[in-house]
Amino acid sequence: MLEFPRWKVWLIGLVIALGVLLSIPSLIAGTQYSGSWPKWLPQYKISLGLDLAGGSHLLLEADANDALKQRLQAKEDEIATELRHDPRIDVGDISTAGGRISFMVRNPAQVDATVERMRKLSQPLALTGNRDWDVQVVDSTRVVLTPTRDGTVRALKDAMNVARDVVRRRIDPSGTKEITVITEGGNRILVEVPGVEDPEALKKLIGQTARLEFKLVDLSANPADVQAGRAPAGSQVLPMADGSGAIAVKRRVMVSGDQLTDAQQSFDQDGRPDINIKFNTAGARRFARTTQENVGKPFAIILDDKVLSAPNINEPILGGNAQISGSFTVQSAHDLAVSLASGKLPVKLNVIEERTVSAELGQDSIHKGVIASVISVFAVIIFMLVTYGRFGVYANIALVVNAFLILGIMAMFNATLTLPGIAGFILTIGAAVDANVLINERIREEIRRGRRLIDAVETGYHEAFRAIFDANVTHVISAAIMAYFGSGPVRGFAVVLLIGVVTSVFTAVYFTRMLVALWIRRARPRALHI
Amino acid sequence: MKLLKLVPDHTNLDFMRWRNLALVLSLIATVVSIGYTIYHGLNLGIDFVGGQVVRVEFTQPVHIEDLRSRVDRLGVGEASIQALGNDRTYQVRLPRPQGPEAASNAVVSKLRSAIPQVYPGARVDAGESVSGKVSEELAQNSAIAVALAMLGIAVYIWFRFEWQFGVGALLTLGHDIAMTLGFFAFTRLQVDLNVVAAFLTIVGYSLNDTVVIYDRIRENLRKYRKMAILPLLNLSLNETLARTVVTSLTVLIALGILMLIGPQVIFGLAIAIFLGVLIGTYSSIYISAPVLVWLGVQPDSFLKSDEKEDEAATQPA
Repeated sequence: MLEFPRWKVWLIGLVIALGVLLSIPSLIAGTQYSGSWPKWLPQYKISLGLDLAGGSHLLLEADANDALKQRLQAKEDEIATELRHDPRIDVGDISTAGGRISFMVRNPAQVDATVERMRKLSQPLALTGNRDWDVQVVDSTRVVLTPTRDGTVRALKDAMNVARDVVRRRIDPSGTKEITVITEGGNRILVEVPGVEDPEALKKLIGQTARLEFKLVDLSANPADVQAGRAPAGSQVLPMADGSGAIAVKRRVMVSGDQLTDAQQSFDQDGRPDINIKFNTAGARRFARTTQENVGKPFAIILDDKVLSAPNINEPILGGNAQISGSFTVQSAHDLAVSLASGKLPVKLNVIEERTVSAELGQDSIHKGVIASVISVFAVIIFMLVTYGRFGVYANIALVVNAFLILGIMAMFNATLTLPGIAGFILTIGAAVDANVLINERIREEIRRGRRLIDAVETGYHEAFRAIFDANVTHVISAAIMAYFGSGPVRGFAVVLLIGVVTSVFTAVYFTRMLVALWIRRARPRALHI
Repeated sequence: MKLLKLVPDHTNLDFMRWRNLALVLSLIATVVSIGYTIYHGLNLGIDFVGGQVVRVEFTQPVHIEDLRSRVDRLGVGEASIQALGNDRTYQVRLPRPQGPEAASNAVVSKLRSAIPQVYPGARVDAGESVSGKVSEELAQNSAIAVALAMLGIAVYIWFRFEWQFGVGALLTLGHDIAMTLGFFAFTRLQVDLNVVAAFLTIVGYSLNDTVVIYDRIRENLRKYRKMAILPLLNLSLNETLARTVVTSLTVLIALGILMLIGPQVIFGLAIAIFLGVLIGTYSSIYISAPVLVWLGVQPDSFLKSDEKEDEAATQPA
């Protein structure tokens, strides 16, 4: 008991000093002293959860049907392009009905070659060896492409990664804000934006797929048929964005938003808001060629399957710049420009959970939480002092050190403190002294049994440790499960409990043991007052 | 300085004398608690049933009926309004709208802009909207988490002690959780994710006492091999009583302060853990220990297990 080597004292002292050092930047953050913390000392800080800092939390889920639809459309375009390449294969209408792509090959001699070329379009999947599309021939001339299960899973995963980046660019075009955008559970994206109290603007930015397409208007369509939703072969009927009826357009895409390099809100000659877009080289070439071939005809500017406007091509557009007009306000034109510039979402995202907290409520929570923490620390300290005297003082020193260590470790790992986390902190304060209570009660008991002082202290620490260990394992089990299943604030609570369990065993057992050993060695007491 | 001794030295209470009565009473209380919870249901927050909530902070006291009639006139649907701690903070809760997901958040926005117009200076402090899908998952995950934590801890106790102790721990936990649920059903306090976090904490902390008492029972079973089981349990409970009282008090003091002056948002969490610790202290004495008698733990149980360990090589269990 008395043998407490010098190196151990130094080691424990070092750990504590480190904990205190690490916790200070978080404690002085936001106060007048935050500027005076020397730059050469650790700068780690605990980050505040949205429930304390204020801000918006959105959980987005991919619309699986839309993902499938978009994938089919992209494939359809790819196939159409491939079939036009030399040697050209003449096919009937490409159908995307029933979640698969099928078309008739007009010349039966070309069926095998078509299948060969379709197979080349499909990608092998790394692990399973399967391909992402299954190509089959039905009724000897109909080629059918069916998405494979593995391919769909893979496509969704890729789409989610792209979507995550797109969402980030839309919310934070300059890339300077401290926002969180992460994919979760395969088909979800978690968005956390501190400081934003009304998430409506956020949701508008995220809610738009922003798939921009330019297609020629089908002038051959019979207006009556169009109103009834029927389009000629090779065309489709799309509604106007402003609700003024519908229009028939060719299925084939002239140019799409994928070939944009930039989009900005501007004004047209009449001072109405519009959007200036700029194509990349390939897009500009394609746009120039199509407009050259179709001067005098109208083309439709289509956003997410709705026609924004259908202006006439007065002259070929060669420079790769174009204006999108429509009935915009400055704000909606700006939002659309941001969305277009950040790329289209490969999948439609729905908001399935939304939580916002104002900065004032967060501040109020911090304020009340800190006051409650300080008062409980003092209450527990006084209680321990009147119950155990000198040993209570040791327990109290350990308690304060423990508080610093918890904060220090949280800062080191840049853990997030949430409101339930503050509750976890207070709970840990109350429970951390349990180890000391166990030890001290055991020492009292051993002294009653007539053991000598040093022997009693030694036995007390030794016998109590078993129960301390087992009790803390039960805490770890429940806190670990909470950290695994919980989200956001609750996870913050679990993290504080987990850290608190580890630090409290260190401070309450090893640190107080050192204090007691040093005292006994120095003062050589003949009786214990405990 | 005279030190405070809440439990005098040489305390020797005959806890086990009342064990059957206590067990019967606990059983009745548990059954009533579960029955009441099933019959009346819990006041589940939007975390578990979906819906929308805004929390409004007014600059001056507002009458709940006044607020209700004004919110009704906004035409946002059946609103339930609840004061949060005082007459200047209210929670307006709206059911999950039927129909497309996109519409679900529109109502919160409507309230957000409408309330400050009707009550100048009022501030919407928080808004939440949870879809049916998410709430179902949260409810399911919460139930799994609590069940898993209970089982995990029971298995650990079994592993560290004997199977009877594991069963005792599980029954104790079941009792504590059932009683706390009953309390929430009875008081109509809202059950949200924080309260589930509290339940998980109770699972960890209410067992704290049980573990300490079991540890002492095990120690005494080895030490006094001739002693009958009931006096041995009494001895163990009395020896650990001072610690039980002191620890429970420190935790209750800390949580009580949090409950009384802490942020209102986590009142549910604080009161649940407070109650759980209180119930846990009782059940560690009157459920954990008597269950061992009931499951036939005898002074020679551990003797046998010691011998079993020695013979483990030749006699696989």
